[in-house]
Amino acid sequence: MFEDLALKLESALKKVRGQGKLTENNISDTLREIRRILLDADVNFKVAKDFIEDVKTKALGKEVLSSITPGQLITKIIYDELVHVLGGNQSEIKINGSGITTILISGLQGSGKTTFSAKLAKKLKDNQRRSLLVAADIQRPAAVKQLQMLGEQINIPVFSLEEKDALKVVKNSIEHANENNFNTVIIDTAGRLHVDEDMMAEIEHIKNYVLPTETLFVVDAMTGQDAVNSARIFNERLNFDGIVLTKLDGDARGGAALSIRSIVGKPIKFISNGEKLNQLETFYPERLASRILGKGDVISLVEKVQENFEEIEADRLEEKIRKNEFDFEDFLKQIKAIKKMGSLSSLVGMLPGLGSQVKNMKVDDNALVKTEAIINSMTYQERKKPKILNGNRRMRIARGSGTSIQEVNRLLKQFSEMQKMMSQFSKKGFGGPMLKNYKFN
Amino acid sequence: MSIFNSLRDRLSKTRNNLVNRIKETISGKASIDSNTLEQIEEILISSDVGYYLSNKIIENVRTKMLNTKDRTSDKIIFDVVKSELKKIFDNNSTSRVSESNNQAKPYIILVIGVNGAGKTTTIGKLAYNYKEQGKKVLIAASDTFRAAASEQLEIWSERAKADIVISEKSVDPSAVAYEAIEKAHKEKYDVLLIDTAGRLHTKSYLMDELVKLNRIITKKLNRAPDETLLVLDGNSGQNAVVQSDEFSKTALITGLVITKLDGTAKGGIVFQIFEKQKIPVKYIGVGEDITDLQPFNAEEFISAIVDIN
Ligand SMILES: Nc1nc2c(ncn2[C@@H]2O[C@H](COP(=O)(O)OP(=O)(O)OP(=O)(O)O)[C@@H](O)[C@H]2O)c(=O)[nH]1
Ligand SMILES: Nc1nc2c(ncn2[C@@H]2O[C@H](COP(=O)(O)OP(=O)(O)OP(=O)(O)O)[C@@H](O)[C@H]2O)c(=O)[nH]1
Ligand SMILES: [Mg+2]
Ligand SMILES: [Mg+2]
Repeated sequence: MFEDLALKLESALKKVRGQGKLTENNISDTLREIRRILLDADVNFKVAKDFIEDVKTKALGKEVLSSITPGQLITKIIYDELVHVLGGNQSEIKINGSGITTILISGLQGSGKTTFSAKLAKKLKDNQRRSLLVAADIQRPAAVKQLQMLGEQINIPVFSLEEKDALKVVKNSIEHANENNFNTVIIDTAGRLHVDEDMMAEIEHIKNYVLPTETLFVVDAMTGQDAVNSARIFNERLNFDGIVLTKLDGDARGGAALSIRSIVGKPIKFISNGEKLNQLETFYPERLASRILGKGDVISLVEKVQENFEEIEADRLEEKIRKNEFDFEDFLKQIKAIKKMGSLSSLVGMLPGLGSQVKNMKVDDNALVKTEAIINSMTYQERKKPKILNGNRRMRIARGSGTSIQEVNRLLKQFSEMQKMMSQFSKKGFGGPMLKNYKFN
Repeated sequence: MSIFNSLRDRLSKTRNNLVNRIKETISGKASIDSNTLEQIEEILISSDVGYYLSNKIIENVRTKMLNTKDRTSDKIIFDVVKSELKKIFDNNSTSRVSESNNQAKPYIILVIGVNGAGKTTTIGKLAYNYKEQGKKVLIAASDTFRAAASEQLEIWSERAKADIVISEKSVDPSAVAYEAIEKAHKEKYDVLLIDTAGRLHTKSYLMDELVKLNRIITKKLNRAPDETLLVLDGNSGQNAVVQSDEFSKTALITGLVITKLDGTAKGGIVFQIFEKQKIPVKYIGVGEDITDLQPFNAEEFISAIVDIN
């Protein structure tokens, strides 16, 4: 099993020479994989297609650093673009300097509007604002009661009327806020489908009457492909100012956010991640981008690879391998380079497509530590010329490194096998071959 | 167009046909016009059928189409798409027949699902349906967590003219269910519907609570609930598959209810759930009124996905 892993590690770390620039050819596999990832994350079919096409156009012809593959580079470009699209024109909600700040909450049924309304009131209260919650959902059974109970929990008054006309409730609430010195009004509305003409007209009327300082569209992170349709129509009717993404405490990948973001171009302003009223967060595009792309954190791999495997060092090493002069001194450097990138298991965990396999596999970081200790106990001469390691020297090394003679012997044997392999590997093959043949257990 | 060009065109067509035929012989699959293929993929993926299953269906369609002469007619191709979708349901319909005994009395239905999926509303609609059939119906308010959950359910019970058990004292969902079962036995109810709090499957303490609820019901009844319905929001994407996997670990789910299909979402996620878990869809929710619950009809459902016009 380790063989297979090492192969993947090898191909990920291997320098791809002669691929100086990104071309249709050398990124097509990766792009296909990214498309699949986006679709699995619920990014809309068309949005995914356009997004990838867009990135491709921008990226073709880019120089590829020799320490990474074109696939890795394009993945990083995709990630950066994803962060860019998700986070562009990010902004806080607007608050009026004087007069009443009005905030209208809209969205589909069950998306989390009422819960969010209360959360927002609580947050604004922490910022010394006097909020009035308005129960303008006259549709759902006990919607008013729900808001009242939430208001009670956070000590925020709730305005409601025995009324069949939501607009009337809103009108009265604004009056009430004026008379009672509230400086913020948060209007919770009934959930509605974008194709429900009557209900869409209702909220449009509310919007036109209140002219809210801020209109927010609340959307469930679990939403699938249809998010584009509902968001587009809500935006056409309300021209909302921002998006609230809810239920991110689950494990939905949240690709709908990318769909909505691309379709309506409005910023994501809040993240709701729990049923408790303090579970409200500001939005970080990097986090969502990573979440959408999945667990294999390709990006940090790319960055770490770039940082640590300096080109000159690589060339030097390559030369030595070619001449079959690779010794324990070089091996030690390699181990240190690997350690600089984090533990071997974490490095392996970052490789795309390996996530699940790695979970079930134990990469023994301890073995690496032991190996390092053994090499550290060698003299410089011994490292350069392992052949001189006779029984006495081995005994000394075992004692010095706190290992057993068997362990020292095993390392020496593996090392000489590795050298043999390397001599067959006349070209390239930096990083790959030694890891492949080095048994970590 | 010059003669030369048109000749070249014709030649390249012949060549393409030849290439296609060779490809088809090797793969055992029909080459279908790439526009049509993309159109099928778009229909399926846009309905939340998912990448993996969409492609699997497309491959099956191509195998089927190999012996069909006319591959230019979209009608024929889309009919094959439909029959492939239908097959998914057919293949599985026998595998999980609800273990319930329709004669059981009280007939106990446990309703579970993630937050805001439509559990409480569905219970209201089900209660109404059973009342319409002349049954004596009781509802248990075992969502003791969400603000005004029992008030909401109470309004539904009034609309359905069903009775309800709301425990004033207890915040333990199991205790409410227990009390309701006792009442249902004693007062000879035909049907007992148990509402539960919405929960995300990632919260193990909430999933444990469901396990406990199921255990207590089973113990009290000497049998599992006659139905355990998992309610899925018709708008949901691929996460619904995970939901059905995870909720299945807490109880044997006997059926799905797909809600909010009165919008433009298609609910295509159920195909994957069918394929994987073999859980049949029992009902679909098509609105917020008490009458807006329909028995699931596979053919109509599939037509709604494939017949775009
Ligand atoms: N886990 C989790 N649950 C949430 C979150 N936000 C809301 N909920 C739950 O989702 C369900 C629906 O939330 P509501 O606030 O009632 O949703 P709504 O949009 O007002 O619903 P309608 O008024 O019926 O359209 C409730 O069970 C909430 O407790 C969240 O961020 N995480
Ligand atoms: N349009 C439409 N709305 C629905 C349907 N089913 C439920 N709803 C609405 O969805 C929202 C949430 O429904 P609930 O029944 O409260 O959902 P729940 O699963 O009980 O929610 P929690 O208990 O908070 O987890 C409400 O506004 C319902 O009116 C449906 O089939 N169509
Ligand atoms: Mg609400
Ligand atoms: Mg409920």
